[in-house]
Amino acid sequence: MATATIANSTQSTSPMIAMEHVEKWYGAYKALSDINLTVRTGEKIVLCGPSGSGKSTLIRCINHLEAYSKGRILVGGVQLGESAKTIDAVRREVGMVFQQFNLFPHLTILQNCTLSPMRTRGLSKIQAEATARRLLERVRILEQADKYPAQLSGGQQQRVAIARALCMEPKVMLFDEPTSALDPEMVKEVLDTMISLADDGMTMIVVTHEMGFARQVADRVIFMAEGSIVEEGPPAEFFTNPKHDRTKKFLGEILRGH
Amino acid sequence: MSGQELLFLLSGLKWTLALSAVGFVGGAIFGLLIALARTSPNKTIAKAAEYYIGIFQGTPLLMQLFVVYFGLPLIGLRLDAWIAVAIGFTLHASAYLGEIWRGAIQAVPRGQTEAANALALKYWPRTRDIILPQALRISLPATIGFLVQLIKGTSLAALVGFTELSLAGKFIANQTFRPLVVYGVVGILYFLICWPLSLYGARLERKFAAASR
Ligand SMILES: Nc1ncnc2c1ncn2[C@@H]1O[C@H](COP(=O)(O)OP(=O)(O)O)[C@@H](O)[C@H]1O
Ligand SMILES: [Mg+2]
Repeated sequence: MATATIANSTQSTSPMIAMEHVEKWYGAYKALSDINLTVRTGEKIVLCGPSGSGKSTLIRCINHLEAYSKGRILVGGVQLGESAKTIDAVRREVGMVFQQFNLFPHLTILQNCTLSPMRTRGLSKIQAEATARRLLERVRILEQADKYPAQLSGGQQQRVAIARALCMEPKVMLFDEPTSALDPEMVKEVLDTMISLADDGMTMIVVTHEMGFARQVADRVIFMAEGSIVEEGPPAEFFTNPKHDRTKKFLGEILRGH
Repeated sequence: MSGQELLFLLSGLKWTLALSAVGFVGGAIFGLLIALARTSPNKTIAKAAEYYIGIFQGTPLLMQLFVVYFGLPLIGLRLDAWIAVAIGFTLHASAYLGEIWRGAIQAVPRGQTEAANALALKYWPRTRDIILPQALRISLPATIGFLVQLIKGTSLAALVGFTELSLAGKFIANQTFRPLVVYGVVGILYFLICWPLSLYGARLERKFAAASR
C-alpha cells in the first residue's frame, strides 16, 4: 500500500487529476482522442457535449471502470496503471454517482452506505454506521435509513447514492448525468445536494446538461464532441461567448430543449 | 398392499431423499465453484469450467453413474456404491447448477458490479456481498426446478443396486403381482415430494416477475 497511497491533497501542489494525451479505443473505434485535462484540488468541472461524445468514457477512465488505451492518468499523484494496487488506491479516493443510481437493491439504505467502508477501510460496524448516519443526515434522508432502495423515489435514491459515495471520504467525486433519469420535480433536490457538496470544497467532475447548475457551480465548463475536448472556459465566458461552431450549435439545442 | 410392504416403499423413499440431498448439497457446493469459475475474468479458468459443464450436461446421467461405479474399478479404484452414486450425482448436479447460476450471475445488472468497483470493493466482497445474493434470488425458480428433476433422477441409482423408491416399488410389484397399485403408490410418493416444490418455484417466479415490473 505504501507506494500507492494518495497524497493528502491539501499539502500537495500537484493537481488532483491529470490526464495526459489519453486515448481510449473500443476495438477499432476511438472513443477518446488526445484528452488533456488537469483538475486542481477543489475545482468543479462541468462536462457537456452531445450523446456519444465520450463524456462517460472520460470520467470512467478516471476510476478505471474503463481501461484507457494510451497516455497517462494521475489521480492525487498516483499514476493509474494496470496493476490492481494503483487501481484500488485510486478507487478508494474517487467517488462516483451514476445516472441509474446503482444502489444495491438487496441491502438497506444504511447497509448500502456501510458495506464498503467496512470491507475496504476496515471500519467497525459502529464506526461505519455513525459515518453513514451523519452523511444520510447531510443529504436529508436519514429517516429512510432502514428502508430498501425500491421503497424510495428516484431523487431520494440518488441522494443516497451520493451519501454512499461520501462514506468512503473521497477526495474527488465524479457524477455521470446524475439527474438525467429523474422525474423533473426531483432534479432540484439532487442538484441542491451537489451544490452544497461543492460549497464544502469537494473536487468534482460533473457530466450534466443542467446549465443552471453549471453557471452556479462550475469553475470551468468543458465541451466535448466526437471523443475530443473542443472548448473549455469559465461558465460566464463559455455560455455568453462560445468560440466554436459546434459549441454554439450544441448550446442552441440545449437551450431550445429547456 | 400390506403395511410391511408400504414400510418397504417408505424405506426406499428414505434413500431417494438421501440421494437427492447428497446430490443437491454436493452439487450446490461444486456448482457454486463452477459458476464462479465460469464467470471468472481468467479466461483459462472460465474455459475449463465451460468444458466441465459441456461434458456433464452433454452426457446422460446414467452413463456418468456407470463410469464412476463400473468404470473406475477397472483402473483399480473400487468405490462403495453409496460413494460412487454420491460422486455421480454431485458431478451431474454441479454442472447443471453451475450453468443455472452462471446465467444468474450474468443476469445481475452491470451497474451493480460497476458501483461495487467504484466503491473499491474487490473480487471477494463484491462477489459475496453484492453479486451472489442477487444472483441466488434470480436463480431460485430454476434451482428449485432442477431439484425436482434431481429427485426424479435419483431413480437411476437403482441401476447400480440402490434400493431407492423406484426399485423398492419394482420389488413389491413383483412380490404382490399388483403393479398398478404399487406403482400408483410410488407415483404418489414422488408427486407428494415434487409437487409442493414445483408450486413453490412457480410462486417465487411470479413474485420476482411482479417485483421486477
Ligand atoms: N463498452 C463499449 N463498447 C463499445 N463502444 C462503446 C462502449 N462504451 C461506449 N462506447 C462508444 O463510445 C462512444 C462514447 O460513449 P460515451 O462515453 O458513453 O458517450 P457519452 O457519455 O458522451 O454519451 C459512443 O459512440 C459509444 O457508442
Ligand atoms: Mg454518458
